[in-house]
Amino acid sequence: MTGASRDGIVEAPGARDGSQEDLAIRVSGLTTRFGPKVIHEDLDFEVRRGEVMGLVGGSGSGKSVLMRTIVGLNRQSAGTVEVLGRDVDRLNDAEHQQLRSRWGVLFQDGALFSSLTVLQNVAVPLRAHYRLSPRLLRELSEVKIALSGLPADAAHKRPSELSGGMRKRAGLARALALDPELLFLDEPTAGLDPVGASEFDQLIADLQRALDLTVVMVTHDLDSLYAVCDRVSVLIDKRVKVGRIAELEQDPHPWIQEYFLGPRGRAAAATRERREA
Amino acid sequence: MSSQPLRESRSPDDGLAVSREGAHTRLALSGDWTTGQGARREIQLASLGAWQGETLTLELSGVEQLDTAGTWLLLRTAREAEDAGLEVTWEGLPAARRTLLEKVAEHESAPGEPPRPNPLRAFVARIGEKAVLAGGNARDLLNFLGLVTIGVVRNLARPRRLRFTSLVYHLERTGFDALPIVGLLAFLIGVVLAYQGADQLARFGAQIFTVNLVGISVLREMGIVLTAIIVAGRSGSAFTAQIGTMQVREEVDAMRTIGLDPIDILVVPRVLALMIALPLLTFYADILGIAGGAVMSWIALDITPLEFISRLETAVSVNHFLVGMVKAPVFAFTIALVGCFEGLKVTGSAESVGLRTTTAVVEAIFLVILLDALFSVFFSVIGV
Repeated sequence: MTGASRDGIVEAPGARDGSQEDLAIRVSGLTTRFGPKVIHEDLDFEVRRGEVMGLVGGSGSGKSVLMRTIVGLNRQSAGTVEVLGRDVDRLNDAEHQQLRSRWGVLFQDGALFSSLTVLQNVAVPLRAHYRLSPRLLRELSEVKIALSGLPADAAHKRPSELSGGMRKRAGLARALALDPELLFLDEPTAGLDPVGASEFDQLIADLQRALDLTVVMVTHDLDSLYAVCDRVSVLIDKRVKVGRIAELEQDPHPWIQEYFLGPRGRAAAATRERREA
Repeated sequence: MSSQPLRESRSPDDGLAVSREGAHTRLALSGDWTTGQGARREIQLASLGAWQGETLTLELSGVEQLDTAGTWLLLRTAREAEDAGLEVTWEGLPAARRTLLEKVAEHESAPGEPPRPNPLRAFVARIGEKAVLAGGNARDLLNFLGLVTIGVVRNLARPRRLRFTSLVYHLERTGFDALPIVGLLAFLIGVVLAYQGADQLARFGAQIFTVNLVGISVLREMGIVLTAIIVAGRSGSAFTAQIGTMQVREEVDAMRTIGLDPIDILVVPRVLALMIALPLLTFYADILGIAGGAVMSWIALDITPLEFISRLETAVSVNHFLVGMVKAPVFAFTIALVGCFEGLKVTGSAESVGLRTTTAVVEAIFLVILLDALFSVFFSVIGV
């Protein structure tokens, strides 16, 4: 199940054309309720291996809840969630633990452990899952810190000494610690200035190619969508509409029209075109 | 190690074949080179020993899975060989893996951890730092005392400025809502005092003096100090948390920009409410403390409540009661002052709210007991 696709470093371009139904995530018939409030109703959501999937929607539409449900922080009321071919509700503890070593999650503000330095933070998942020599542990953490675009001298700083952008990068380094196949990003560019945000977009795009990641990205940032995402899922009316941005722009739903073809959407599209020209 | 059986099982071979032809070494790699295999692979590579000869070829075409950990281990080996003067070539590296290799190669090792300072020096430095901090804190608190005093006087001089709704709300929260807990604890303290006192005094046949003991200690000290400590823990901390949370959400800054004085709006109603509530609570605690003593005396010493009260009247002068009550508004002012002060000192994070709340309670209780000691000295000097 993991074999060929894990080695997809070789065949990444093939996986990205979307022709094959090799799914990293398959959510079907999902219903989520908080008390009387229904967040998702009979929702289907699929992510192919090797693609970058953007997840958008109005405030309170349940984007983050969907992501939290997939990684097991929330329990659904009905429906099944399959991640990397495994039904997460039918795993025993050891299998669940194994599955967790195959994904990485970047929370909004990095969610770094405040009592540890950046290097120690990145080493936490490695320590939790594998027994490595202290030297290798340190070196691998350094590699991940460098991959995330942090300067080497940030390694011994504590989260409180870092700027918001650096905390996100450190959080990304920790999410990448185990060389995951799947990367979840919760609002990766929120709170960054436009320059920092587009640098972060670029970083994600680079890493996605170099490490052959499947990325699920919850975002509000239209520029991010245009810059990195292969396909976009829009959470509307408790369900998901999915497609490439060009396809979604044709959708008559008023919210989608307003979102992609409103002034901000057009500006982001124009930026994208300028960059490509 | 239980977490990677899946990957482990698929690489039964040892993944590393070495062939040497004179000065040329060839490493043919196969199987998985992943984080899960990291520990094993590191040992395998280390067992190759020191590098000798002229060239090293790394042949990767047999590798099934390769991640950054495997790439790094190979890169490290290659660098070691280069340092030993060997020429390193990579074979069987498709474009995607080459990208990965280049990405990993960008890393440089982090500088060593900053040296730890001499422990003795660090200790002394910490004492100095704390002393300066405490001094600064005391100065700020004194400053705040001035601000609040002016605020209170200003509000009392022009009562229309006073936030009456807020005052009543805090009276209810700090006074009325505290009745059950204060009452229960005061009653229990009365019981304990009477029981312990009776036990000791009975040895001299002086059981009846239990009444004096309970009356004087509850009225002078126990009633007020106990109540003040409970209120510091309940309301002082609540003040810090409330104002601190507003500070985090920039509500206090918003008030200032609108032209409202946070002292008037947040601090004065709380200070006044507590200065009204604490004396009332103290009076209530006094009654229940004595009641506790009376109940215990009745049970343990057969002193009927009627006897207890008449004895109390002759043995305990009203001065003792007044001594206790005089302290109440002072303690109340102190507790509210510290609570609001720490609340306004909250900066930015939610963490800071928790920290300040703890500090507020500790500081308030410390000041209450310190003031109580000063009051004792004062009263003994003037002979009350």
